[in-house]
Amino acid sequence: MKKLTAAMVAVAGVAFAASASAATLDDVKAKGHIQCGVSQGLPGFSNADDSGNWTGLDVDMCRAVAAAVFGDSNAVKFTPLSAKQRFTALASGEVDILSRNTTWTMTRDTQLGLNFAGVNYYDGQGMMVPTSLGVTSALELDGANICTNTGTTTELNITDYFRANGMSFNLVAFEKADEVVAAYDAGRCDVYTTDRSGLAAQRGKLTAPDSHMVLSEIISKEPLGPVVRQGDDQWFNIVRWSLNAMINAEEMGVSSSNVNNLKFDASITPAVARLIGKEGNFGKELGLSNDWAYNILMQVGNYAESYEANVTPLGLARGVNALWSDGGILYAAPIR
Amino acid sequence: MTKHSISSLIYDSKLRGYFFQALILLGLATSVWWIIDNTVTNLADRGKTVGFGFLGENAGFQISATLGTWIFDYNVGQSSYLDVYFIGITNTFLVAILGIAGATVLGFTVGIMRLSKNFIVRSFATIYIELLRNLPLLLQLFFWYFAVLRALPSKRERIEIIPDAVAMNITGLYLPAPIVGPGFIYSVIAFLIAVVIVYMLKRWAQKRQSQTGQRFPVFWTGFGLIIGLTVLVFLSTGSPLNWSYPEFKTTGAILRRGFQSGSGMVLVPEMLAVWLALTLYTAAFIAEIVRAGILAVAKGQTEAAFSIGMRPGMTLRLIIIPQALRVIIPPLTSQYLNLTKNSSLAVAIAYPELVSIFAGTALNQVGKEIEMIFMMMMVYLTFSIATAAFMNWFNARVKLVER
Repeated sequence: MKKLTAAMVAVAGVAFAASASAATLDDVKAKGHIQCGVSQGLPGFSNADDSGNWTGLDVDMCRAVAAAVFGDSNAVKFTPLSAKQRFTALASGEVDILSRNTTWTMTRDTQLGLNFAGVNYYDGQGMMVPTSLGVTSALELDGANICTNTGTTTELNITDYFRANGMSFNLVAFEKADEVVAAYDAGRCDVYTTDRSGLAAQRGKLTAPDSHMVLSEIISKEPLGPVVRQGDDQWFNIVRWSLNAMINAEEMGVSSSNVNNLKFDASITPAVARLIGKEGNFGKELGLSNDWAYNILMQVGNYAESYEANVTPLGLARGVNALWSDGGILYAAPIR
Repeated sequence: MTKHSISSLIYDSKLRGYFFQALILLGLATSVWWIIDNTVTNLADRGKTVGFGFLGENAGFQISATLGTWIFDYNVGQSSYLDVYFIGITNTFLVAILGIAGATVLGFTVGIMRLSKNFIVRSFATIYIELLRNLPLLLQLFFWYFAVLRALPSKRERIEIIPDAVAMNITGLYLPAPIVGPGFIYSVIAFLIAVVIVYMLKRWAQKRQSQTGQRFPVFWTGFGLIIGLTVLVFLSTGSPLNWSYPEFKTTGAILRRGFQSGSGMVLVPEMLAVWLALTLYTAAFIAEIVRAGILAVAKGQTEAAFSIGMRPGMTLRLIIIPQALRVIIPPLTSQYLNLTKNSSLAVAIAYPELVSIFAGTALNQVGKEIEMIFMMMMVYLTFSIATAAFMNWFNARVKLVER
């Protein structure tokens, strides 16, 4: 009943959200913080510790926007959302940014009234099975019981994959990831499927993580990124360029440890000078102060710092998420 | 004729009434218009349209095999979102109806146990009620689901309840599935005819008893008639009913071992847990209602019945229960409605009911919040109003007839 009520409140939210909410930046400045929609607990991406501090790659995305807007990366409040609540929460104005390992798809971009501001993690859907099954390939899974989350692209991908390969399966879809893990751990399903980053993160919650293996097949493209409401280009730009600033900074070798020195260094390249606000008027053009990116790098750090602090501990190497210059596909538009 | 001025809107009691009612009506209409206009504007701002065209589109996701998917023959890639809607409704109704039946039987039993003279029976009922009705339903749902899962053997093993026919493991309760042959319809018709005959027999017997005082053994005659006629027709049409037994493999690839899909019938553990939780939880409330109802019948009624020579069973059936029902029915209706609405919690443990697959998965693919939540609310509203209407009719039948 709680979920039903929440959905109804969200519908009411759509009805009551004043048209003025088009200017998210003004609203955010007026209330003094950014409301950020995150997951209900996905280690490495958005996870709260015992004392309620949120950390993760997706959390850093919101902190970066807060640093750019307020010069304070702590001016963020987090709203944990289930997969199925998330778009309604964003559309109704309950959150200003949705940074919740959300896959960028055409349907979501065109039909939900939302815009994806970029990609902060390139993922793909994988499958985990108990090693005792003796399965080495996903093509051997005909007739399997599969546990997953409801309200995600995962359900569609797994259905597509099994249909394409002429296999049957039975899907058990839970609302929250914790129940998926618990049911899989109890043996309700032969397979647990979600994004590979999620598999790595949730694996630690199993009673015997070593007796499970992730199959090599990657059955989908899952570009995950921050989402904003459609129709507010200024806010969209702020989020997009906050992400671009972090990636560009890594490429230029600007990090939280050296950005302060660079500010007083006369010998920096023009590109770095534009990034940290010593040249040009890029912050003002976004409706922010010119040291917007400086604040992001000072308080949150560049993309590599965020990745190494949050995702690397899960045992996930950079892989495709390395910079284009390092053999990955991370390529941010230049600040100029 | 008196002359009306502006001030008479306040001082003339009749005019004042009209004036303020008109004002409130205008205010209400304005707010409704404002909400609708705001919604449409906001949706348009976000590039979203309103409409039900999505119902015809194909739903590209798998749904756990349940009664709904079986009735509507769900097929990924061919079935539409409308099918998903109906599957959700079917599954919601299935647990609601099973839950209502289970909770009623259990609730009446525990309620009567609570009034028992036996200390152990009475204490058991008290502990049951206080424990179950004071724990949040969602917690109980998780408890039963994971308790059931952890208690059952794995997918490659089973507990046989009836050898080769009924068995259970973590993937569900397996039963033989009936395969209906041609001509089975005649047995169904025979059954219905027998029920009608028994109903008429009962009325005739009642009439005869009130005229002549002679009693007729309606129960045993009716029971024999219904079974006899149905079985007779069933056998004479050549027993057109076969059973598909669940098939269990213990050899081959490890993944393939266990129960084979396509054989027998399976009740998934999610459904069993939802049913169990809804039944046990609601039964605790119903038990208290039943106890209150029975206690509301004055003790003199029992004594009067005994004094005219009625046996205890007859006294309970003919004197106590009819009077207790008058007190029981109205709050019982509320419990039935609660149970139906509470079934939406099943989304938490992967039972594919309406909230889970329609307002969850489908909503996420289509993004038509307003239309879909509206459609879903209509289902709960319709079912609740139908339940309430039936119970009100039943209440009107059993309530005290004043002469």
